[in-house]
Amino acid sequence: MAATMASGNVRERAAFAPAGPLLRLDRVRLGYELPTGFHVAVGEASFQLAAHEKLVVIGPSGCGKSTLLKAIAGFVAPVSGTIELAGRGSLRPGPDRAVVFQEFDQLFPWRTVLGNVVYPLRVNGRSRREAAVRARHFLELTHLTAAAGRYPHELSGGMKQRVAIARALALEPQMLLMDEPFGALDAITRQRLQAELNRIVAETGVTLLFVTHSIEEALVLGDRVVVLSEAPSRVLELVDVRSLGGLETIEYSHMRGRLRALLAVEREEEGDLGDGRD
Amino acid sequence: MATVATSASAPRLAWRWGTLPVWARKALLLVALIAVWQAYVSFSHVSHLLWAGPWQTVRAFESGWRDGSLAGPTWTTLKLLLESVGIGAGIAVVFTVFAALSALGTDLLELLTSIFNPLPGVAILPIAMLWFGINRSAIVFTLAMTTIWPIAINLSMGFRTVSPTLVAVGRNIGLSRLRVVTDVLAPAALPHAVTGLKAAWAFGWRTAIASELVFGVAGSKGGLGNYINNARLFFLTPRVFAGLLTIALLGVVFEALFGVAECRTVVRWGMKS
Repeated sequence: MAATMASGNVRERAAFAPAGPLLRLDRVRLGYELPTGFHVAVGEASFQLAAHEKLVVIGPSGCGKSTLLKAIAGFVAPVSGTIELAGRGSLRPGPDRAVVFQEFDQLFPWRTVLGNVVYPLRVNGRSRREAAVRARHFLELTHLTAAAGRYPHELSGGMKQRVAIARALALEPQMLLMDEPFGALDAITRQRLQAELNRIVAETGVTLLFVTHSIEEALVLGDRVVVLSEAPSRVLELVDVRSLGGLETIEYSHMRGRLRALLAVEREEEGDLGDGRD
Repeated sequence: MATVATSASAPRLAWRWGTLPVWARKALLLVALIAVWQAYVSFSHVSHLLWAGPWQTVRAFESGWRDGSLAGPTWTTLKLLLESVGIGAGIAVVFTVFAALSALGTDLLELLTSIFNPLPGVAILPIAMLWFGINRSAIVFTLAMTTIWPIAINLSMGFRTVSPTLVAVGRNIGLSRLRVVTDVLAPAALPHAVTGLKAAWAFGWRTAIASELVFGVAGSKGGLGNYINNARLFFLTPRVFAGLLTIALLGVVFEALFGVAECRTVVRWGMKS
């Protein structure tokens, strides 16, 4: 446990990881039943994600990016095409792909902060002692040690999302799936949590798939960005944003302009494609 | 100066009542009501066969509890109620879990609650007497029938209003379908479950007393309804009042117990304010 929990050198271990992608989507088509008939959300999506990579999926509201994340999490089965995690198909929901949702009510209100992180570990067969030690480690990582004994309703929105992140990471998932987790936060808290998430992901080396409709968020968090079109969506472009540099660089503003053009956003808007969710 | 004096005297009047603590205000009101009651009995020349004063009632209450003539019936009724609510709640939980897991169960539960919930509990008593005879089983059956439906309605409402996100989290961390019900749906529905249990208890309490009044006997020993009815037969009016006082006090006690239970659970978790 000590070895896996140690925060250093994870990035370097990535270099020795097997060459195949961790996650592979091959011509995935997704949709769901509506009263008006079957609605195709994702027309066709193919992309891959290597271990320890940070991939951000971005697209206009209603383009099916949340459905895509639900499919990877195993909540929705593809109409056609395959989703494979480390070569394994037909995925069902499981703790190897821990999900952080946008909603603040994703914490169990009847458990304390510590209890919320401990409980999933107990469900997955860890001893009481081991679960407590591990939970405390991840609460420390997310700066929540002081709040360990509090109940979710006593926390701010930002703290709730940090508990959800700690809970997901404590499961040591193969992938961390995040569905607009900062979408309902105020701008300042959102920026703070973005920076914190970057630090936590760097320390744990977890593979991240992050869904957002904010171009800025995609550029701050991602190694690569998958740009989806309107529903029934397809992958418009897959861009590498690793080496952009800071927010003030030419490269950054060039890339932001390119994404805005792709998503047909007006220059006046501050990067958000809209308030609605999909 | 004069204006200051008048404006200072106005809030002073308000201070007397409004700034007293709630318990003191209620205690004062209670004392006043008892005084009115005593005054009516003392000065209106009402027949003492029809009305007992507060003092007589308290004495009948006190001696009834001391010699066991009130404690026995109270315990009989409480046992009856606990047993029936237990049976009713058990059946309601089975129904509701079945309803949560299948569409057939949902439809069945909706149909049954719409038929049986509007039925006053005592209305079932005659048929229960035909089926079980004039005995305790008939009352248990009647009480269980009155308690199943409010619990089932509230519990299934609780299950249906659980956040889908919370259920998704449960499945994501690897819970089986059954454990999602026991570990996520059940605690999330607790505020509704407590509401249902409170309603069931209140309905059951009323129905228990009414049933005992209807045919007097509950098993080998009579309950509180039986006690009141017997006291009426022998014109022991203070005992009738003492029986009513017992019922009212028990109501207050159970309300308080439910309040404590809620404070320690759903209120503490922020699921109910």
